[in-house]
Amino acid sequence: MQAMMEKRAKELLADGTVNRVLGWSAGEFPYDITPAVFETAKELEDAFVYNDFCAANLSKYLVKESRKEGKILVFLKPCDTYSFNQLLAEHRILRENIYVIGVPCYGKADVEKLKAMGIEGITGIVMQNGTYTVETVYGDQTVKAADAMAERCLSCKSKKHVVYDELLGDEGEVDADCNRFDMVEKLEAMTPDERFAFWRGELSRCIRCNACRNVCPACTCEQCVFDNPNSGVSQKAAVTSFEENLFHIIRAFHVAGRCTDCGECSRVCPQHIPLHLLNRKFIKDINEFYGDYQAGADPEAKPPLGTYDKADREAGEGGRH
Amino acid sequence: MQVNEYKPKIVAFCCNWCSYAGADGAGSARLAYPAEVKIIRVPCSCRVNPMFILRAFQRGADGVIIAGCHPGDCHYTSGNYFTRRRMALLFSMLDYLGIERERTRVEWISAAEGAKFSKTMSEFAATVASLGENKRLEDLRCKQ
Repeated sequence: MQAMMEKRAKELLADGTVNRVLGWSAGEFPYDITPAVFETAKELEDAFVYNDFCAANLSKYLVKESRKEGKILVFLKPCDTYSFNQLLAEHRILRENIYVIGVPCYGKADVEKLKAMGIEGITGIVMQNGTYTVETVYGDQTVKAADAMAERCLSCKSKKHVVYDELLGDEGEVDADCNRFDMVEKLEAMTPDERFAFWRGELSRCIRCNACRNVCPACTCEQCVFDNPNSGVSQKAAVTSFEENLFHIIRAFHVAGRCTDCGECSRVCPQHIPLHLLNRKFIKDINEFYGDYQAGADPEAKPPLGTYDKADREAGEGGRH
Repeated sequence: MQVNEYKPKIVAFCCNWCSYAGADGAGSARLAYPAEVKIIRVPCSCRVNPMFILRAFQRGADGVIIAGCHPGDCHYTSGNYFTRRRMALLFSMLDYLGIERERTRVEWISAAEGAKFSKTMSEFAATVASLGENKRLEDLRCKQ
């Protein structure tokens, strides 16, 4: 797949369709792959990669990139195309400056899972036929790809691209029963005290690095409410529990109805806070209260919080909210 | 002898066109409502953003109630419908985080419903009083 993508990118650069390529670039270690913009065939040859560690959702970079001169080629995985559509619906990206190539994704790997298996000092990873041969300074180890798969990919909602100009590889399917709300349901079944204890345990680890906000393709405000010195938020870690609650409630609320559930927030969290559980709660509630809605599936769809129905339920109605 | 009886602090966001006038109506009709209820007038119930509610709790409120026009009666045609959706989601999220669901409420009170205003506020104050102080959304920096 990587060779195919590189070849196609070079062709499009050569014939002038695009003047830049937004893709993934190899890092110092085999697992720290970062998004990058490539301008020449040489740069592509040197650093372009696509493998199971290319987890980053590239759609948010288009907010800035699509406003630059010339057309940009972007590679999008199925879940990234939802974010792309959502940004399009919000007029945050300029479609005419973007050439989208859909690339297949069979689930991304999480290096933390490898580390949890006790694998340390990784120098190289060979990915083949569903197994990873992890080369470490202590010798090679073989791991099944399924065992190292990121949590978010275990409950993947869709392997189907919702938008593209061109598709490389096979098209997948939308998975209606991906069980992505299992953990939310488990939490809902707890008593309020248990839930409070659970969230204190998670949110109190927050170091307020803002990585979740910065990576989120739905968080694209030029000026963020949390950057306002008059907002009553001090932007510091562990000041009081209120600060943590406020930040996480408001962050999740501001993307409610717009979050495509790409899972980037939890992926980038250095403290491993399951932030997607907050977003998924809103998605689940919206589905239950106002009918099934998948942000980004249809850029023409009305956003659930930007519309209303006269027969809507009252706030706080029902056995549980 | 002084008795330190616990009185909850309650913030009521009242829409200018209905509920605020409803509070006025309660006053004109000599209908009592608890003095702990502090009214903040907003142009429309949908002016209340989730941050207002959280910050009210931060600054020491034990309960927050939003009062607006009845659905269909909004001065701006549809503001309260948006309030209803937003608050349904926000309250559900607060509950999900383990924060007592009874501390927040939305109520539709028209300008003619002084009696409903007085009754709602008394009821809400009693509910909040039974929950006690707001501990789960308190901000220690704001404690005196």
